Amino acid sequence: MPEIVQNEPVRVRGDALQPLGVRVENVDLSYGANHVLKDVTLDVAPGEFFAFLGPSGCGKTTLLRLIAGFNQADRGRVLVGGEDVSRLPPWKRDVGMVFQSYALWPHMTVWRNVAFGLEERRLPRAQIKQRVAEALELVGLSHLADRRPSQLSGGQQQRVAVARTVAIRPKVLLLDEPLSNLDAKLRVQVRRELRDLQQRLGITTIFVTHDQEEANTICDRIAVMNEGKIQQVGTPLELYQRPANLFVASFLGAANILSGEVVGAGSDRAFRLGEVFLPIPPGATIPPGAKLVFRPQDVQITGKGSGAFSGTIVHREFLGAMTRYGVRVGGTEILIDAPFHAGDRLHEVGQEVAAMVAPEAMLWLAS
Amino acid sequence: MALALLRREGVVAVGAGQAAAAAAIALFLLLFLITPVATVIYVAFTEKGSGAFTFVNFYDFARTDLFVRSFWNSVYVSAMAVVLASVFALPLATITTRFEFRGALLIQTLGFVPLIMPPFVGAVAMQLLFGRNGTVNLLLDDWFGLKIPFMEGLNGVVFVQAIHYFPFILVNLSASLRNIDRSMEEAAQNLGCSGFRLFRRVVFPLALPGYLAGASLVFVKVFDDLATPLLLNVKDMLAPQAYLRVTSIGIADPMGYVIATVLIAVSILAMWASAAAMRGKDYSTAQRGGGGLSQRRMRRWESALAYFVVFLILGLVLAPHLGLLLLSFATIWSYSPLPDGFTLAHYTRVFGESFVYIKNTVLYASLAGLIDVVLGTAIAYFVLRTKLVGREWLDWAASAALAVPGVVLGIGYLRTFYGVQLPGGQPLATLWIMIVIALAIRRLPYALRACYAALQQISVSLEEAAENLGATKARTVRRVVVPLMTGGILAGFISSFSTAAVELSATLMLVQSSSDAPLAYGLYIFMQSPAGRGPGAALGVIAVMLVAACAFLTHLVVERSQGAQGLSS
Ligand SMILES: Nc1ncnc2c1ncn2[C@@H]1O[C@H](COP(=O)(O)OP(=O)(O)OP(=O)(O)O)[C@@H](O)[C@H]1O
Ligand SMILES: [Mg+2]
Repeated sequence: MPEIVQNEPVRVRGDALQPLGVRVENVDLSYGANHVLKDVTLDVAPGEFFAFLGPSGCGKTTLLRLIAGFNQADRGRVLVGGEDVSRLPPWKRDVGMVFQSYALWPHMTVWRNVAFGLEERRLPRAQIKQRVAEALELVGLSHLADRRPSQLSGGQQQRVAVARTVAIRPKVLLLDEPLSNLDAKLRVQVRRELRDLQQRLGITTIFVTHDQEEANTICDRIAVMNEGKIQQVGTPLELYQRPANLFVASFLGAANILSGEVVGAGSDRAFRLGEVFLPIPPGATIPPGAKLVFRPQDVQITGKGSGAFSGTIVHREFLGAMTRYGVRVGGTEILIDAPFHAGDRLHEVGQEVAAMVAPEAMLWLAS
Repeated sequence: MALALLRREGVVAVGAGQAAAAAAIALFLLLFLITPVATVIYVAFTEKGSGAFTFVNFYDFARTDLFVRSFWNSVYVSAMAVVLASVFALPLATITTRFEFRGALLIQTLGFVPLIMPPFVGAVAMQLLFGRNGTVNLLLDDWFGLKIPFMEGLNGVVFVQAIHYFPFILVNLSASLRNIDRSMEEAAQNLGCSGFRLFRRVVFPLALPGYLAGASLVFVKVFDDLATPLLLNVKDMLAPQAYLRVTSIGIADPMGYVIATVLIAVSILAMWASAAAMRGKDYSTAQRGGGGLSQRRMRRWESALAYFVVFLILGLVLAPHLGLLLLSFATIWSYSPLPDGFTLAHYTRVFGESFVYIKNTVLYASLAGLIDVVLGTAIAYFVLRTKLVGREWLDWAASAALAVPGVVLGIGYLRTFYGVQLPGGQPLATLWIMIVIALAIRRLPYALRACYAALQQISVSLEEAAENLGATKARTVRRVVVPLMTGGILAGFISSFSTAAVELSATLMLVQSSSDAPLAYGLYIFMQSPAGRGPGAALGVIAVMLVAACAFLTHLVVERSQGAQGLSS
C-alpha cells in the first residue's frame, strides 16, 4: 500500500545501513573578532571512527557543531555523503550528536528521551516502541527505561544520550567529549563500549577529545587541531611516528625537542647543543630552523662509543615498567626512558652516563 | 587544659548567644504572626457567647447565599486573573529571553512597573481609560458604534488584577527560561524537532516550575486583595466581605473570622497545590560542558510581530500609570477621551495637606524593611550555618506569613490586641507601631528569600578562614558574612520597603486616625469620592515615584557593592 510507504520517511534505513562520508571544505568561522576556524578542510571516510584532538579552546566543539548545523561558517561548506548540507537547519540534517553535557531532558523518562527523535519523525507507534527497545538494549539499559535522568549515574546518563541519538539511525554520529564527565575508570570501560557499538552499527563517527590516549585507543584516524587549524590527519601510529610539526610531536606523547645548530658538512655534520655535539645520520634532510625531535624511549644509556654523548643524571622517576631519567646534556635536559627488567640496577642521580639516540628515530621538525 | 576549657566555654557562649537571638525571633513571630492567626481560626470555630467548639459558623457560611457567591466569585476572578496575566507574561518572557531582542532589559524592567503601584489606584485610572465611558470605549463608540465591557463587574477586577500582578509570572517564568541550557534545545533540534513543537515539548515543560510558582502567587494575591474590588464597587467577593463584616458588624461577630479562615485555607491550598505539582521538578539544566543560553535571531517578519506584541502588552500594562498621570494633572475628566484641561492644583493640594501620609509611609516602610532584613539575615544564618534546634521552625513560621492574607492579619491584630491596654488606657491595637509590625510580618518572606540567596552565595570556607585566624562566630558574622551579604540584604530591604509602601489590606484594618495613616490609606480615602480623584492621582504618582526612586537607588547600591566584590561580570 502506497500510504505505508509514504509513512516511512526516506531517511530511515534498515539495519544494513550504508555508511556515509563527511567532508568539510575550506571552512572559516569567527565569533566576532575571534577567528576560531581557519581554512579547515577534512575528509572522514564512510564507516570510519574519526577523532578531533586538540587542546582546550582550539575549536573542536565549534567544528563539530558546524557539522551538526548549530554553527554557521563564514566561508566553505559541509558535505555529508557527497551532499551539501551547509544550508540545512540542524533538524533536517540527520546528523546525530551526543552532547558533552548529555542534554537529557529532565522532564522525560529515559524511555521518552529515547523515543523523542522517533516521535519527531512521526514513525508509527509500534515501530517507535520496537526501536526504543532496541536502542536501550544496545546500551544495556532496558531495565531503567522508566527512570528519570536525575536517577541515573553519570555512565548510565551517557549511555542514554548515546541510545537517544542512535535510535534515529543518523547518517553520522558526533560525540563531543562524551567521556569527560565520567571518572577515570569508567572512562576506559565506556570508550571500549563506544568502539564496540560503532563497529556493530558501522556508522561514521566523529569523536571530540583533548585526551590523546582516548583518541589513540579507539579511533581509526585522528585530526590534530591547534588554534583553529588542522595540524595533521592520520592514524595514531602515523601521527606518533611521523608528526608533521613540532605541535603534533609534543601533543602526542612525550618528546625531546632540542634546539641547536647544525655544524660541519657532508657526512661529518653534527648538531651542537652547547658543548655537546650529536652526530647527524647521513642523508638526513634538515629544514632550516628545524629542531631535533626524538622520543624518550628511543634514547639508550650505553657505554661510550661512536655517536654517544655524555651527560649527568639530574632526576629519576621509577614508573614500574620503565624508569624515566632526566639527563643534563650541554645546556638542556633530555628525557630518557629505560625499560626495567627484574634484577636491573638503576642509575643514580648525579651519575655521569653516556647515551645514544637511534638514528632512525631522529626527526627534524620546523614549527 | 585551660585552653581546652576556654574553648569549650567559648562554644557554650556562642550557643547561648545564638539561642537567645533565635528565642527572641521566635517570640516575635509567635506574638505577631502565630497568635493573631490562631486567634482568628479559634474564633471561627467557637460559638459566640458560650465559647464552645463548633462548626455552626461554617454551616452558616455555607448556607448564606452571599458568602457562597462571594467565594465562587473570588475563585473565578483569581483563576481568570492568572489566565489573563499568563497571556501578558508568556509572550514577554519568551521574546525577551529566548530571542535576541533589542530592549529586552528595558521590557523586563518596565514589566516590573505595575507592581509599584497599589492595584486599587490602577483601578481608578483603568476606569477612566477602559470603563463604560472611558477613553477606549468612547473612541470605539465613535468609530464603530460598539462598547466593550472591560471594566464591568468581575471583568474589571480580573483586568486590573491581571495587569497588576502579571510581573510575578513574568519574573519567575523568565528566570526559568533563562536557566535552560542551550544543549537542551539543541539536542531536540538534532533529533528533528523545531519551532513551536520544540517550545511545547522541551522549553515550556522545563520552564513549568517557574511558571507555576508565579501563577500560584498571582492566584493567592488576587484572592486576598481587598481594596481593588471595593474600589470597583464589587462587594460580593470574599476578602471585601471579611472586611465589611468586621467593620460594619464589629469584631465580635464570628462570620468575619469564618471568612478569614476560608481565605487562609484557600491560600494554603493554592500554595500546596503548586508545590505538589513542582515536586521533583527542579530542572536546573545549566550544566558542565553546556553552552549557556541560546538566543535565536529573529527573521524580519518575526521581529516585526514580536515588537507589535510587546508594544501592545506594554501599552496595556502601563495604561494605569499613564491614566493616573493624566488624572493627576486633569481639571475635569469625565465622558471625554482626554481631560478637559490641565492643572497643578492637585499636587499643591496634596503637598499641602497630605504630606503626613508620605512621611508616615517612609517611616513605616523603612522600619518594616529594617525589621525584615534583621530577622531575615538571622533566620537565614541559623538555617544555613548552624545546627540550632528548631531552626527550621523559624524558617517555616517566617515563610508561612506568605499564606496569611492581609485582611486576616488585620482582623487578628484587632481581636488579639484590642483588649491589651496600654498604661494610658489606649488599646495596643491602635498604636501606629502595630501597622509597622503588620507590614514587617507580611513582607518577611520576601526579605527572607533574598537573605537566603545572598548567604548561599558565600562559601563557608570564607567564614572558616576568619575563624581560623581567630575571629569568634559573632565577629565572623559581623566582619565577613554581613558585609558580603550587603547586596542581598539591600535587595531584601528594597523588596520589603517598596511593597510595604503600597500595601493596604492589613493597614486598612489597623489605621485609627488619618494622622497615623500611610499613603496607601490616604489614596484609598481620596479615591472613594469623585472629587478626591485628582488629588488621589497626584498622591499616587508621588507614591510610584517614591518607590521607583528607592528601587533604582538600591539597584545602584547593589551593583556597586557587587562590583566591588567582583561578583558581577
Ligand atoms: N558562542 C561563542 N561566542 C564567542 N566565542 C566562542 C563561542 N563558542 C566558542 N567560542 C570561542 O571559540 C574558541 C573555540 O571554542 P571551542 O568550544 O570550539 O573549543 P574546544 O576545542 O571545543 O575546547 P574544549 O576542549 O575546551 O571544549 C574558544 O576560543 C572559545 O572561547
Ligand atoms: Mg569543546
